[in-house]
Amino acid sequence: MVHRADVLQSFKKNGSIVIVGASLAGLRATEVLRKEGFAGRLTVIGDEPYEPYDRPPLSKQVLAGWVEAEHTTLPRQHPLDDVDWRLGIAATGLDLRAREVHLADGQSVDFDRMLIATGVRARHWPKEDEARLAGVFVVRTRDDARLLRQKLETKPRHVLIVGAGFTGSEMASVCRDLGLTVTVTERSASPLIGALGGEIGSIAGDLQRQHGVDLRCNTTVTALEGDAERTLRRAHFSDGSTLDVDVAVIALGSIRNTEWLRGSRLAAGQLGVACDAGCRAFDINGIITDDIFVAGDVARFPHPLYAYQLIALEHWGNAVAQAEAAAHNMVNSEAERRPHISIPAFWSIQFGVNIKSVGLPPFADQVVIMQGSVEQHRFVAAYGHKGRTVAAVSFNQGRWLPYYERLIASAAAFPPTPPAYDVPIPLHPVPAKFPAANAPTSTPTIALTGYAPDEICATYLEEPPMTPVTVESGGKA
Amino acid sequence: MAGKSLFQQVNDYAHRANPYPLYAEMRKTPVLGDEDGNYAVSSYRLITELLHDPRLSSDIRARPPDDPKQQAVAQSSISPAFIRTDPPEHDRLRRMLTRQFGPPHTVGMIDNMRGDLEKYVNGLLDRMQDRKQIDIVDDYAYPFPVDVICKLLGIPPEDEKRFHGWAEDIAFSLDPAIGEEGRKLIAKGLVARNELGQYMRALIDVHRKQPGNDMLSRLITDSSADGRLTEEELVSSSVTLLIAGHETTVNLITNGTLTLLRNPDVFERLRHEPDLIIPLVEETLRFEPPVQFNSQRTALADITIDGVTIPKGAPVYLMIAAGNRDPVRFNEPDRFIPDREDNQHLGFGSGIHYCFGAPLARVEVQIALNALARRLINPRLVVDPPPYRQSAVLRGPRHLLVDVDGIKP
Amino acid sequence: MRVLVDLNRCQGYAQCCFLAPESFKLVGEEALMYDSGPDDALKEKIERAAASCPVQAIMVEYMNGHADEMVKSGTSEAEARHGA
Ligand SMILES: Cc1cc2nc3c(=O)[nH]c(=O)nc-3n(C[C@H](O)[C@H](O)[C@H](O)COP(=O)(O)OP(=O)(O)OC[C@H]3O[C@@H](n4cnc5c(N)ncnc54)[C@H](O)[C@@H]3O)c2cc1C
Ligand code: HEM
Ligand code: SF4
Repeated sequence: MVHRADVLQSFKKNGSIVIVGASLAGLRATEVLRKEGFAGRLTVIGDEPYEPYDRPPLSKQVLAGWVEAEHTTLPRQHPLDDVDWRLGIAATGLDLRAREVHLADGQSVDFDRMLIATGVRARHWPKEDEARLAGVFVVRTRDDARLLRQKLETKPRHVLIVGAGFTGSEMASVCRDLGLTVTVTERSASPLIGALGGEIGSIAGDLQRQHGVDLRCNTTVTALEGDAERTLRRAHFSDGSTLDVDVAVIALGSIRNTEWLRGSRLAAGQLGVACDAGCRAFDINGIITDDIFVAGDVARFPHPLYAYQLIALEHWGNAVAQAEAAAHNMVNSEAERRPHISIPAFWSIQFGVNIKSVGLPPFADQVVIMQGSVEQHRFVAAYGHKGRTVAAVSFNQGRWLPYYERLIASAAAFPPTPPAYDVPIPLHPVPAKFPAANAPTSTPTIALTGYAPDEICATYLEEPPMTPVTVESGGKA
Repeated sequence: MAGKSLFQQVNDYAHRANPYPLYAEMRKTPVLGDEDGNYAVSSYRLITELLHDPRLSSDIRARPPDDPKQQAVAQSSISPAFIRTDPPEHDRLRRMLTRQFGPPHTVGMIDNMRGDLEKYVNGLLDRMQDRKQIDIVDDYAYPFPVDVICKLLGIPPEDEKRFHGWAEDIAFSLDPAIGEEGRKLIAKGLVARNELGQYMRALIDVHRKQPGNDMLSRLITDSSADGRLTEEELVSSSVTLLIAGHETTVNLITNGTLTLLRNPDVFERLRHEPDLIIPLVEETLRFEPPVQFNSQRTALADITIDGVTIPKGAPVYLMIAAGNRDPVRFNEPDRFIPDREDNQHLGFGSGIHYCFGAPLARVEVQIALNALARRLINPRLVVDPPPYRQSAVLRGPRHLLVDVDGIKP
Repeated sequence: MRVLVDLNRCQGYAQCCFLAPESFKLVGEEALMYDSGPDDALKEKIERAAASCPVQAIMVEYMNGHADEMVKSGTSEAEARHGA
C-alpha cells in the first residue's frame, strides 16, 4: 500500500506544476511553492513579455512621471532561477483529462497540478472604431501606462476620464497634479460607488471637485469623435453636451481572463473562476477539482464572513494572500491545508488622501462615521449589514483600521460602540447607497443537458454574450 | 516577595537588573489586574491591539480625581503635551510639530545631521583617549543625545546643568504611582515640570524676539492649515521633546553597549561589519527596550479583550518589554540575534503615538554604537549587572563602567 | 534594485521617508509613494529604511555583487499574520 505521505513527498520531489499568469499572484505562488520545498518542474506561463511587475504604481507614480514603467518589476523573495518562465506566450486552452495546458505557440505543457492566475484585463471602450482613435487609452499594463504617460508629457489641453472607480480617480488626481484640465464622467451618482457606496463616494467626489476636477456624475459618454486623421477630438455626453478633448482614458473596470478556459469544463466565465476557500477550482458541475487551483483577480471564492457568497476581489492584497494559500495547499496534505479567509483589504491614493478599506463594504446596507472629521478628509467610517459590522474605510486615518478589522473578524454589532474621542456624537448610521447588486446577465451561458442521473451535467452554451459595460468596482460581492 | 503583585514586583527596584523572568510570568495571564486596580497587558498581540484601540486614552485627565497622576496634571502650570493627549488635539499638535521635523514639509533634516553626529561622538572618544576606564553613561551615552536635542531645538547645551535634575525627576515620575514612594516621585515630577516649563517659557521668548534656524524658532514662526502653536502648546511640546529626546536615547545606547559587551562575538562581528548596526539597533529595541512599558494609558470604556474586561477608568499598562519577548511572536525571544528577520518590535510603540523622534534616535544610536565598536580596544565590563537607574519605565543602567586597553584614533 | 511596499500594512509612519527621501515620499498626511526601481547607489539608505519600518512592510531585492546571491527583507503576508 502506498502511503499518502509518500505520494506527497514524491510529488514534491518529482512532480510538475504549471502556473498560468505571470503577475503578482503567479509570482507569489511560485515563491511559496519553492519555499515550501517543491523541487519538481515548475513552469510559469505569462502572455506579457515581462517578468512579473506591480500594477498599483501604474496609475500613481508611473503616470506622475516619477517612476518609469520599466521600474516596477516585483522583487523576488526567493531565488527562482530554476523556474521555467515562458513569457510572452499565452495559454490558449486547458485539457483537464490529459492534464495539459495548450500554448499559443502550438506547444503544450503537462502538469500534475496547476494554478490559474490570469487576472483581468481592462474593459475597453465598447465601440471599436472609437476605441482605436489616437488619444484613447486604457491602463492595465506597463505598456498602457507608458503610452499614456508619454501622451501626458505632451501637455494635452483636456483629459477626459471615463469612469470614476479607483483607477479613474487616481489618474484624475495625477493629471491635476500635472496641472492638466480634467473632466471625469461617472454613470452613477458618485465616484467609487461600487467599492465604497454613494454615501462615502460623495466625499470622494467633493475631494475631486476641490482639486479642480470637472466631475460629472450621472453622466455617460455616448460617443468619442475623431477627426480625419483618426485622432480624438471631442466627446459626446448623455446630457447632450459635448467637450473638446485630446485624451480619453477609459476606466470602466475589467474583464476576467477566462476565455482560454472555455471548453475546459471548469466553472469559469465572465465572473471569474469559482473555487473553494482552499483555492481549488470547481468544475462546471460545481464539483471540486483536486489539482486545479485559482488565485488573484480571476478567482471567485466563498468567504465565511460574507455568507459564503462567491466574491471576486480585484485587490493587491487578495492576490498575495490567496496565492500564498493556494501554493501552500498545492504542496501540503489535506490536514495541513489553509483556508483563504483573511479579511479583505485595499488602499488607494488620490488627491493627497490615503484611502484604506478593510472588510467588504459592498456587503453593507448602512454606514456610519466613527471618528474624525469628514470636512478635513480625516475619518473612519464603519459599514454594517443587518446589524453586524462588515467593513471599515478610512481617509487619512489608517492607523485605527486594525481596531475595526478586529470588530469585523469578531462579527461585532453595528453600529459598533463608539470610540472614546474624536467622535461625532451621536453616531448617525445612514444608508450606504450601493448600487443594486449586479443584475444577472440577461443571456445565459451555462445550461444543463442529459436526463439520466449519470448523464445530466452542465455545459457551456455557444459564444459568451457581449458583456455589458459596468462601472469598475473595487470589490463587489 | 509574597503579597506583592507581579506588576508591583516589576516596579520594585530590586528587579531592575533583570525584570524579564517577571515579564515571562506575566505573559501567562496576558491581561492581569491587581488589587490597586492596575491592568498590565503583556502579550504581543494584545498590546498591539490596544495600541490601535480608540477606547484607550493617553490623557491622564481621564482618570478618576483621586488618581495621583490625574492630580499632578491638574496642578501643573503647563498643559499636557501631545504625548498625553488624544485625537483630535493630538493629531493636530503632532502634525504641526512634524512640519518642522520631517517629511513631507521638512525633508532630509535628520539624515543631514549624520556628519555632525559622527564628529561629535568621535570628539567625545578623542577626549578619553588616554583613559583605561570609561563610564559609558556619564562619559558618552548621556552627553551625546543631550547635545543633539539641544542643538536641534535651539537650547544652549551649557544649560544642561540647569535642566538635568528636572529632566531626571520628570522621567522618574513616569513610573506608576505605587505607594507613598510613588506619590513622592510624582510630586517631585510635578515641581520639576513646572520649573522646566518656566525655563522654556523664557527661552521661547528669546527665540521669538530673535528667531534662528533652530526647530524652536521655526515652530514659533510657522503657520499652516492647522494655524499656529499657542504659547502653552510651544512650552509643553518643547519640554516633551527635550525630555523624550534624551532620557530614552541614553538608555538605548547604554543597553546596546551592555548587550554587546555581554555578547563579545557580536561586538567583534560589528567591528568588521558596520552595516550590521542597522538590524542590531532594532534588535536592541526589542531585546532591551528603553521604554519598558507605556504607563499613562487609561480605559475610557469597559474594554473586553480575550475574555477579560478592563473597567472604565482603569490605568492600563502596555508591557512593551514583555510583548517584545513573546514567544508566540518571536522565535527564540530571549536570544539577542543582531540580524533577526521580521523584527516588528514595539520598542517605539505603535499606532498614533508611535515615537515622534524615532528617526533621530536610530541615527544617534547607530552612530554611537558603531563608533564604540570601531574605536574601543578590548572593552570589558567591570560590573555585571551594572547599577540601574530608579525608573522602571525608562529602564537603563545608572553607570556602565568599561575597562579598555585604549581607544583607537 | 527592486523595492515593494505592502501598502495595506503600511501605516504611514514615514520612517522610510526620513531615511531614504529619494525613494520614499509622503503624499499628504499618510499616503506613501515610493520608487519601485531605485538606483543601486541608494542601497544602503533603502536597507536602512526597510529595517526601520515599524510594520516591516518594505521588501527589497538586489544582487549582492554575485549575480546569484539575493538579499531580501520584509515579511510575507502569511508570516505577518502569524503574530499580528
Ligand atoms: C492601474 C492599477 C492600479 C491598481 N491599484 C491598486 C491599489 O491601489 N490597491 C489595490 O489593492 N489594488 C490595486 N490594483 C489591483 C492589483 O494590481 C491587482 O489586484 C493585482 O495585479 C492582481 O494580480 P493577479 O496576478 O491576480 O492578476 P493580474 O495582475 O491581472 O495578472 C494576470 C496576468 O496573467 C496574464 N494572462 C492573462 N491571460 C493569460 C493567458 N491566457 N495566458 C498567459 N497569461 C495570461 C495577464 O496578461 C497578466 O500578466 C491596481 C491595478 C491596476 C491595473
Ligand atoms: C531610543 C530612543 C527612544 C525610544 C526607545 C522612544 C520610545 C518611545 C515610545 C515607546 C513612545 C510611545 C509612547 C506612547 O505610546 O505613549 C514614544 C513617543 C514619543 N517619543 Fe520617543 N523614544 C525615543 C527617542 C525619542 C527622541 C529622540 C524624541 C525626540 C526628538 C522622542 C520624542 C517622542 C515623542 C514626542 C513621543 C510622543 C509621540 C506622540 O504621542 O504622538 N523620542 N517614544
Ligand atoms: S516606514 Fe513603513 S509604515 Fe512607515 S511609511 Fe514607510 S513603509 Fe509605511
